[in-house]
Amino acid sequence: MFGDYSISDLSSIFVMQGFAGLILFSVFVLMALGLAIIFGQMGVINMAHGEFMILGAYMTWLTSNFFQAYLPSLFSGYFFVAMILAFIASGLLGMLVEWALIRHLYKRPLDTLLATWGLSLMLQQTYRSVFGAREVGVDLPEWMMGSWQATDTIQIPINGMFVMVLTILITIAVAYILYWSSWGKQVRAVVQNRTMAGAVGINTEKVDRYTFALGCGIAGIAGSAFTMIGSTGPTSGQLYIVDTFLVVVFGGAASLLGTIASAFTISQARSTLEFFLSGSMAQVITLLAVVGILMLRPQGLFALKVRK
Amino acid sequence: MIINSRFFNRSELTGFIVLALLLIIILPLTLDVFRLNLVAKYLTYAFVGIGLVICWGYGGILSLGQGVFFGLGGYCMAMFLKLEASSVANTKIQSTPGIPDFMDWNQITSLPFFWKPFHSLSFTLAAIILVPGIFAFIIGTAMFKRRVGGVYFAIITQAIAAILTILIVGQQGYTGGINGITDLRTLHGWDIRTNHAKVVLYFVEVVFLFACIIGAQFIRLTKLGRILVAMREQEDRVRFSGYSVANFKIFSFCAAAIFAAIGGAFFTLEVGFMSPSFVGIVPSIEMVIYTAVGGRMSIFGAVWGSLLVNFAKTSLSESFPQLWLFGLGALFIAVVLAFPGGLAGIWQDHVQPWIDGWIASRRIKSGNWADKSVADGAAAE
Repeated sequence: MFGDYSISDLSSIFVMQGFAGLILFSVFVLMALGLAIIFGQMGVINMAHGEFMILGAYMTWLTSNFFQAYLPSLFSGYFFVAMILAFIASGLLGMLVEWALIRHLYKRPLDTLLATWGLSLMLQQTYRSVFGAREVGVDLPEWMMGSWQATDTIQIPINGMFVMVLTILITIAVAYILYWSSWGKQVRAVVQNRTMAGAVGINTEKVDRYTFALGCGIAGIAGSAFTMIGSTGPTSGQLYIVDTFLVVVFGGAASLLGTIASAFTISQARSTLEFFLSGSMAQVITLLAVVGILMLRPQGLFALKVRK
Repeated sequence: MIINSRFFNRSELTGFIVLALLLIIILPLTLDVFRLNLVAKYLTYAFVGIGLVICWGYGGILSLGQGVFFGLGGYCMAMFLKLEASSVANTKIQSTPGIPDFMDWNQITSLPFFWKPFHSLSFTLAAIILVPGIFAFIIGTAMFKRRVGGVYFAIITQAIAAILTILIVGQQGYTGGINGITDLRTLHGWDIRTNHAKVVLYFVEVVFLFACIIGAQFIRLTKLGRILVAMREQEDRVRFSGYSVANFKIFSFCAAAIFAAIGGAFFTLEVGFMSPSFVGIVPSIEMVIYTAVGGRMSIFGAVWGSLLVNFAKTSLSESFPQLWLFGLGALFIAVVLAFPGGLAGIWQDHVQPWIDGWIASRRIKSGNWADKSVADGAAAE
């Protein structure tokens, strides 16, 4: 498959496909960060995570429409407002879901999977009723369009770079919250020993609720980034949920670094293969490789060594 | 074997007889052929449900990839029927006569090697069992030998369902793509599209279903079934007692796969086509919910669950298409939150004691000693 290309062509292809994969990588990382927090820290399988992401995407769409209609002068900055709104909307919904559903199921991880799947169906139908079955697209502000001409043969889209910078910032923020803030210490204490954490005065229920909300909120931001690579429809989130779970499991459930590394590997492999093969075969080969590696190394790439 | 000296206890025997009466006598007499064919379609999911009872209810292994095995069984059957439907005489107008029409549309000029054996009916029947069985064996061995279980197993089986769907859709020339394998006509010269054939197929399917119920009941009652339950509750203790946990898990996973594949093959025969929309993540997880609604611990519950949920799906989506997804979603949540035992659990906890109490009170009222001793005997069971 490499036969028809010269070496310099090939390197350009790799670089460009690599950057094209960056937006996919960003969506994966943001989705997977949320899932890794919820799954790795709380042991809850959130199958409705894709729908939380799509909520963020719809919020972005609404915000962009609002700015276009009422504040056209500020349109170039709408994306930042949209991101914050997406985070708040998904986070609030997450808090509600935790209160109504998840907190009854902490001891039954497989059942959280079924219940959140049911939730995802209901959310999909809600989106369909509220926003319509047609997929919607978001207009990008002027400065995000176009691309940066790095060399004669290499072009890098600006929105890709923007989303990547955003992803890095959010990842750093999440790492800070979980590993350095006092709230993060509480979260980790609850994960390691719920009873003892409660005994020293940590409100474990509140910690659970905010952890779940944080994970869902990050999914909302992922939805904002998602509007740049695809059009938003009621069932768009479902397409990503399995890939994202594989990213989390492949990276090693409790490790943020592993999640990022595996999101990078999977999205880059897929986007590079996509240039040479059809899109579906690229996806099949990537998924097969991940499943194969997981069979050899079930604990994932970066597993924490813990005693069971 | 000491605990259950009889193959069916009293309530299971009642369940068996009621189900047999319903499926063999009541439904064929009261429904027209179209509705009977719908029931036959629902029952194909009951095969999957019975497999899930063994694998998930008893073994504790939640597989979210049963659609894969359902689909493999269905596709094996569909490939045989398609080859029979695309004889040289039927496909004269194609540029390459004698190959399935979708291959001709995709500029494939000769039959791919893996299609060739499906000219033979006996090979096909063997393949319906063996292909999913061996596939499940490979997946099971790779996973359970390395002690991958629980949530991770569920996610990986789901990924496999996704992979197979993408592959089928992507390789249109070899698989028929998103439309699947359609326009199936005859089974060994016997037209499966007539009303008479549909009724005959229904009865054949019901016979197979009862064979599967008895097979599953057999697994459940032997020592094997007890080890499965023990493994679900305390996996390490079973391992320390010297049993190979992985092998038992592989067995129950393979058994579930084979049940699902039989269901898939019947699906192709009843419905007349097979497509990737019965293979992927969504149908797989719906199959799990049929079982959960019926009761993950009850073989009969799984059959009832498949019938009732599908019936609700058809009638709700016919009249209120928007409500169906809400209903299905609410059903998932309700089953998990409120009644984890499903319909069978509700029956056992609420209806059965009431019936037993009613029977006992009748017997005591009639008041002579002989009857009372019978009642005591029944209670001691």
